[in-house]
Amino acid sequence: MNNLQTEKIVVIGNGMIGQRFLEQLVSRAESHPVDVTVFCAEARPAYDRVQLTSFLSGKSAADLNLVPEGFFEHHGIALRLGDKAVAIDRERKVVRSARGHELPYDKLVLATGSYPFVPKVPGTEWQDCFVYRAIEDLEAIRVAAKTAKVGTVIGGGLLGLEAAKALHDLGLKTHVVEFAPRLMAVQLDDSGGRLLRHKIEALGVAVHTSKATKEIVKGTTCRYKLLFADGSELETDLIVFSAGIRPRDQLAKAAGLTIGERGGIAVNDHCQTNDPNIYALGECALWSGRLYGLVAPGYQMAEVTARHLTGETDARFPGADMSTKLKLLGVDVASIGDAHGVAPDALNYVFTDEASGIYKKLVVSGDRKRLLGAVLVGEADDYGSLLQLTLNAIALPEHPEDLILPAREGGASKGMGVDALPDAALICSCNNVSKGALCCAVADGATSLGALKKNTKAATTCGGCAPLVKQILDAQLKKQGVDVKNYLCEHFDYSRQELFHLTRVGGLKTFDQIISKHGKGRGCDICKPAVAGILAACWNEFVLKPKHAPLQDTNDYYLANMQKDGTYSIVPRVPGGEITPEKLIVMGEVAKKFGLYTKITGAQRIDLFGARVEQLPLIWKELVDAGFESGHAYGKALRTVKSCVGSTWCRFGVQDSVTMAVNVENRYRGLRSPHKLKMAVSGCTRECAEAQGKDVGIIATEKGWNLYVCGNGGIKPRHADLLVKDIDDATLIKYIDRFLMFYIRTGDRLQRTATWLDNLEGGIDYVRKVVCEDSLGLGAELEADMQRFVDTYECEWKKAINDPETLKRFHHFVNSDAPDSNVVFVAERGQIRPAREDEREGEPEAVV
Amino acid sequence: MTARPNVTITKRDEWVAVCKLSDIVPDTGVCALVHGRQVALFRLHDDSVYAIDNLDPFSKANVLSRGIVGDMKGELVVASPIYKQHFNLLTGQCLEDADVRVAAHAARVDGDTVSVKIN
Ligand code: SRM
Ligand SMILES: Cc1cc2nc3c(=O)[nH]c(=O)nc-3n(C[C@H](O)[C@H](O)[C@H](O)COP(=O)(O)OP(=O)(O)OC[C@H]3O[C@@H](n4cnc5c(N)ncnc54)[C@H](O)[C@@H]3O)c2cc1C
Ligand code: SF4
Ligand code: FES
Repeated sequence: MNNLQTEKIVVIGNGMIGQRFLEQLVSRAESHPVDVTVFCAEARPAYDRVQLTSFLSGKSAADLNLVPEGFFEHHGIALRLGDKAVAIDRERKVVRSARGHELPYDKLVLATGSYPFVPKVPGTEWQDCFVYRAIEDLEAIRVAAKTAKVGTVIGGGLLGLEAAKALHDLGLKTHVVEFAPRLMAVQLDDSGGRLLRHKIEALGVAVHTSKATKEIVKGTTCRYKLLFADGSELETDLIVFSAGIRPRDQLAKAAGLTIGERGGIAVNDHCQTNDPNIYALGECALWSGRLYGLVAPGYQMAEVTARHLTGETDARFPGADMSTKLKLLGVDVASIGDAHGVAPDALNYVFTDEASGIYKKLVVSGDRKRLLGAVLVGEADDYGSLLQLTLNAIALPEHPEDLILPAREGGASKGMGVDALPDAALICSCNNVSKGALCCAVADGATSLGALKKNTKAATTCGGCAPLVKQILDAQLKKQGVDVKNYLCEHFDYSRQELFHLTRVGGLKTFDQIISKHGKGRGCDICKPAVAGILAACWNEFVLKPKHAPLQDTNDYYLANMQKDGTYSIVPRVPGGEITPEKLIVMGEVAKKFGLYTKITGAQRIDLFGARVEQLPLIWKELVDAGFESGHAYGKALRTVKSCVGSTWCRFGVQDSVTMAVNVENRYRGLRSPHKLKMAVSGCTRECAEAQGKDVGIIATEKGWNLYVCGNGGIKPRHADLLVKDIDDATLIKYIDRFLMFYIRTGDRLQRTATWLDNLEGGIDYVRKVVCEDSLGLGAELEADMQRFVDTYECEWKKAINDPETLKRFHHFVNSDAPDSNVVFVAERGQIRPAREDEREGEPEAVV
Repeated sequence: MTARPNVTITKRDEWVAVCKLSDIVPDTGVCALVHGRQVALFRLHDDSVYAIDNLDPFSKANVLSRGIVGDMKGELVVASPIYKQHFNLLTGQCLEDADVRVAAHAARVDGDTVSVKIN
């Protein structure tokens, strides 16, 4: 390095902001060589103070570390760990350290943070009095808590409540003592504070407001006793002071730098003190009369300082927002902007749900056009979107109250969506990442939340913005998806929906026609089954016709579900779950004859497992002869229509749910769709058939049926939405016809109705318009499509066992009648099961 | 527990006729027993034939012949019906895992007869 040009930079403090400054500096060092020395009073380099409390719940100091491995060495930065700067000589431009070193500087950066304020009352010197700022403080609290029963936090602000949670989690009976009449006086109004108090008390933490601590004396039942100004007292074994923080400005003050009236090193927009060679940033800095006790503004100052110091003379700190969202003692709390409504003619919208402990307040401008601030207690999911509305002065919807009222059944979903945000909207305030920056990163290939976090640093500090970051990611992917993401696979530059349309409109009947016209290559295991499903839904031809057979997923190819050992299962249709004793006996006998494992499924039918491929037609011949049909357990098709006994037997039933279920199952059996379809019919609102967990759910009412759609169990359960109420049988069938065909036409590959709806522009309201109001004028066509399908239905197994060409396929070997000797069963609870690896004799023949 | 009669020592360098071409639906596979070894045999749309082991190394089930055939970035492949890994029909190489390869065998069509030679 050329020493003549190299600037000597000394940094005092290696806290969160000091460290961020170093990172910003070295990222610019190429154009501006520097020689950096850092004084760090603490015993360890920068760590995540925001996550400090997690130290008590098992995180180690190493987990909290913020400094990338080898950072100082790699960038040639001298770190003076455990060495405190004690004096600045501005004349000679040197800094002196506690160990007596003198270091010259060209530029000096003060990032000394703040220290906890401890009120000057007698007794604070007792050994069980602590503050809550550094890892060492928490270590000491943990040790003291081991022999303590009662702990008290003095201070009911953000940090105090966090400390209270820590004591509570350490198993102490915990008290919070607050001087003001409410908790979190800075952020919350009276009602919000009261609700928070109730919630916290419900957890067993005692809250004492309007209490001024006068003295700490020896206790009688506990180690100490707090004496309050109003004459009351409180016994406690340990005390944590969290009564606010004060900027660490003594060093600067002694050096003659300008200090604010109530503390803080005064800086200009470039973060320079009144000595242009000295900068101050983070919690020790006073900008425009304001101190910031949060990381986000500090991070911004770090960037501004680094830029200014390396020659960007126009870098300016514009001030920062103090909105916060936190989980305090498990309670979500958020405060945005002008939470107290101090702006002239500001209007309040307040929603209180004392039963669930939710309080939400919007502060809106007098003309109701802008959101000025908000307070959320008990539920703060809307924090991100409300903050964006405030910061970007976005025009409010007609009914601002909808933003905080719980979504009503069938009502439009609330919020305004990330699309309403301008590119400049600051999404992650901790790391200063805008919506535009996130969108760019997504476009550059950061298509997962993990990659996006890594590339932009968004959502890596407090995490409060994570839901919003995810929404932006999803919205971007969706936008790109129109071009790229929805493509079926490398063989088709179309989504399933587009391909469905092309197939139907073009009258295309085979995969070869479709791929030669609209695709490229030979196809694969993604597009072939998808096209097979489209062809089946459009033309309903036998899926095992030679031209369709090669497209089928293995399960469809053998009309049975392949199990882990290569054997198959057999699920006959049992419409509505209703079965005669004769049929039950047949199933039992078939299972016995072929030695199959027998199980009642989770969907009201019976599954027979362990059939070898060559046994399938034999088994099905017996079942078909006894009147059974394929249950399509293998297909992306209608599975079961579950039912409850309904009015026929049940004393509460108001309609005949079994008859309806049987009719519905028989109507839609075999219907191929983007993913499997499940339905259920309940005879009354008690809902024993769990219809609201199904793609189509039907619930009997006194007047007819309520139709629910797009429910799901499985991986991501979703309750179905009510589509329409109290309709008669004919209307019910008409609407289900339309609904299903609309989904089949527009759904994506392997997209169940629940995800389909969640991704559908306009949501359930849109579906209701299409299905019930026929807004697209498609109703008759959709019904006709369905009727054609119903009229051409044939049982696939019946067809298979009567077709010699198809039957040829049901052999394990093309040149031998031997079974697959690799299939080995053992007995368990009186039935067979596949042998485990350790139960088999020898290994199957190895690979070359 | 049963032994495994169809797992015996395989003879090499010997063509074995296993079936007629018309026994295989175009673009699908069958399983042939060749000297006791299970071989997945595929016929593509152009009547070319390919043979690889039938044993799926991931599930340890004899099922590769029942997978869907197709191409991925120009390579001819079959997808395992159990966990959907892809295997190159010419080399047996697994596309998802460089360390996994199943044996590939020679296959040919004479008139209507398909023969396999174990490699
Ligand atoms: C047999 C059965 C379990 C049982 O012993 O009870 C079962 C077995 C399988 N289920 Fe299931 N599911 C069975 C009821 C369910 C239910 C309960 C229900 O239908 O009421 C659910 C939750 C309800 C739902 O679907 O919303 C269910 C949610 C799933 C899912 C997750 C679907 C989702 O949307 O998240 C899968 C995976 C998938 O489809 O991609 C799955 C996939 C499977 C597969 C196909 C897994 C596989 O690829 O091998 C299993 C093979 C079935 C076979 O060989 O016959 N199975 N599965 C049940 C057969 C029901 C029937 O008679 O047809
Ligand atoms: C428990 C807890 C929870 C918090 N939660 C949040 C949150 O959720 N969101 C949020 O935005 N903020 C939160 N904060 C505040 C946040 O941690 C601070 O805003 C941030 O750490 C300030 O960074 P800083 O670098 O300015 O100061 P600090 O992190 O305090 O770093 C200053 C460093 O300088 C050192 N130093 C001081 N004087 C000297 C000297 N003379 N010589 C050498 N070294 C010196 C100090 O020892 C210290 O290591 C929380 C704070 C605490 C304690
Ligand atoms: S829950 Fe999982 S293991 Fe059980 S049947 Fe369903 S898919 Fe198979
Ligand atoms: S706002 Fe804190 S991590 Fe993004």
